[in-house]
Amino acid sequence: MVKAKVPTKEILAFRFLPVIAMLGLLAAPLVLSDFRLSLLAKFLTYAIVALGLDLIWGYGGMLSLGHGVFFGLGAYGMAMYLKLEASGNRLPDFMGWSGVDSLPWFWVPFHNPVFAILMAIFIPALLATLLGYLVFRSRIQGVYFSIITQAMALIMVTLFIGQQPLTGGTNGMTNFSTVFGFSLADTGVQVVLYFVTVACLALAYLLCRWLMHSRYGRLLVASREDENRLRFMGYNPAPIKSLAFGVSGGLAGLAGALFVLQVGLITPSAMGIVPSIEMVIWVAVGGRGTLWGAVLGTLLVNYGKSTFSETFPEIWQYFFGALFIGAVLLFPGGIAGFVRNMLDRVFVKASPPKEIPVPVDRNPSGKELESGVEVT
Amino acid sequence: MRQFFQFLLYAKKSSRLAGLVCLTLLATLLLAACGDSTATPAAVATTAPAVTTASITSAVTSAASASGSPAATSGTIKVGILHSLSGTMAISEVSVKDATVMAIDEINAKGGVLGKKLEVVIEDGASDWPTFAEKAKKLIQQDKVAVVFGCWTSASRKSVLPVFESLKGLLFYPVQYEGLEQSPNIFYTGATTNQQIVPAVDYLLSQGKKKIYLLGSDYVFPRTANTIIKAQLKAKGGTLAGEEYTPLGATEYSTVLSKIKAAQPDVIFNTLNGDSNVAFFKQFKDAGFTAQSLPVLSVSVAEDEVRGIGIENIQGHLTAWNYYQTTDTPENTRFVAAYKAKYGDKRVTDDPIEAGYFGVYLWKLAVEKAASTDVEKVRAAAKGIEFAAPEGTVKIDGDTQHTYKKVRIGKIRADGLIDEVYSTPDPVKPDPYLKSYDWAASLPKQ
Repeated sequence: MVKAKVPTKEILAFRFLPVIAMLGLLAAPLVLSDFRLSLLAKFLTYAIVALGLDLIWGYGGMLSLGHGVFFGLGAYGMAMYLKLEASGNRLPDFMGWSGVDSLPWFWVPFHNPVFAILMAIFIPALLATLLGYLVFRSRIQGVYFSIITQAMALIMVTLFIGQQPLTGGTNGMTNFSTVFGFSLADTGVQVVLYFVTVACLALAYLLCRWLMHSRYGRLLVASREDENRLRFMGYNPAPIKSLAFGVSGGLAGLAGALFVLQVGLITPSAMGIVPSIEMVIWVAVGGRGTLWGAVLGTLLVNYGKSTFSETFPEIWQYFFGALFIGAVLLFPGGIAGFVRNMLDRVFVKASPPKEIPVPVDRNPSGKELESGVEVT
Repeated sequence: MRQFFQFLLYAKKSSRLAGLVCLTLLATLLLAACGDSTATPAAVATTAPAVTTASITSAVTSAASASGSPAATSGTIKVGILHSLSGTMAISEVSVKDATVMAIDEINAKGGVLGKKLEVVIEDGASDWPTFAEKAKKLIQQDKVAVVFGCWTSASRKSVLPVFESLKGLLFYPVQYEGLEQSPNIFYTGATTNQQIVPAVDYLLSQGKKKIYLLGSDYVFPRTANTIIKAQLKAKGGTLAGEEYTPLGATEYSTVLSKIKAAQPDVIFNTLNGDSNVAFFKQFKDAGFTAQSLPVLSVSVAEDEVRGIGIENIQGHLTAWNYYQTTDTPENTRFVAAYKAKYGDKRVTDDPIEAGYFGVYLWKLAVEKAASTDVEKVRAAAKGIEFAAPEGTVKIDGDTQHTYKKVRIGKIRADGLIDEVYSTPDPVKPDPYLKSYDWAASLPKQ
């Protein structure tokens, strides 16, 4: 492992920063109103999705345009438990409207919250791994992979809308009351859920970080840079990429489950193509290939979205669009790329090569563009 | 694992340093920005002047506060509007928002409510249901509005319902819907099923159109409506010629049209929503059908939509609503004139627009009766309140919090407006669960 030659003073100054960032998030409930806190919590769940997406896109070069599906599946898993708990001994309300008279078999185990949470992570992870393996085994890469994920999003939305008796159709599931017996409307419960979200984000961050700094992480980056060469070296890229896709799907599922707890509803529209692309934008603005960039991008983009739409409800989307175009034109490497360039200039002009190369924009050949599709 | 612990112990790389700097900056920035706006509630109100022109008053009149509600303590009463101003639903919802703003402006011009002017906070639901929930939360918790007027789709209403119930807010919902709902925190000023769908089917049966084909978009409203219609047909001697659902936004109807041709129905009961109507009516006409040979009765096509579909494609077909721009009351003449004067001569009024308008007045009357904007007091006072709306007298039914409304069947004429061809003699009592209909007993209830 090559060590960067950063002056000691800076190391000392920055060593405590993760702790400070964490403390900042932990102190938020003291400063923010209930509404702003629940908003921040929602953004933090999005940040977990962004971490997973950065894993496969930034490091693995696989652009998924269907991550809303994994997010949605996790959310539905959690929502099924919450809906059953809210309905008591009766059938969930939408089943009554649609003429279902007994609880479908696959709904039954969701009475158990632990099962529901595990499924919320496991099912998306499994689906992603399977889909990934089938796709990558056939050496499908680049745009074609993106198109397949997009098709998956379309299929899932149609399926969930069509199966109204089982899924609640377009309206999805809402009107939950309690989780583990605690009222979701209670302020204290909301604060606890916020801390749970912060903890999950921290764990997801550490997990991704650990993965990407391990031998596995280098293999993943290698598969992005040159899959054929990796194959010649005796590695099979398919399981490597499938695993990344699976982890990414699982993280999205976890985020979905947390999202439902925070927001109190899930509808098929959250799984669609537009929300999926929005997720990609968070990572693109933050800067792919750096985990903190994905988190930062998510928080900033969503904060901007809320602020703009509150301040200019009739025309906010124009501002928002201009912001994206500006960000992509002026900072192709995202915020992370920009900050890194700045810091490189200030501190470590003679820094040795980094462990994780920054994707695409620093690639000399341009051939890799195929696997790291530009989204502009 | 080694690297993992190294990370915990030493921050070594410039990328890490950069990352940490930014995370910290971000945390502070978020906290600072959010903290500011919460510390001074007045700062939030500055969003309002940017959004409407005439309805906001900055003058602080010092009227004696008759209520303990936070919305009423500042000399103005804050009210929220929550509609999709962007996205697919904007085309419909912007008109309703305009009508609501107009009612608020009128009330302010006449001195406001309880001696206080109304101050509007407008939020964009963006045709996205989680956004609706977020903005509803913001209006109640952050802006502390006394009431919210808004929503169109059932999905958006269902998404905000738990928010209004848990935060004890008050919503006035202006659109016809599929019934089977009765929230203590919502007043429904649009029709429920027994004020639109059930009488429309009765009308068709009375006209000898007994073989009915059901066509709808694939979502909750059409599916629920058609479940009801099927039970009604069974009980009243009609027959079901066929039932078909197409995805929201579908534009290909040739398969459906050939099925319709084969089924030979007397009439089509159309619950398609949005753009699909444009495609359907055009292809329907191209397939050689006319309003004389096979009439279509639509429940989601009003004057606003007729313009989009193209008058030549839909002229002569039927609709079922509670109000048309042509409805003959003195209040409506005044309402249509005022709406056109404010928003332009080319704009038309229709049922949801009118419901969005008179909802504000019903709330005003309830607040004045309660002498408070407190939600519980307003709810109690709202029972039985009547108002001379453009559609005629509307009355709040205390038990269901829906409104008594006349049902009107209309025929689309050559200029795109709709002529009334049948009307119930009196306003119909709302019955969202169809409890008073024997044949509906077998229907699934919540």
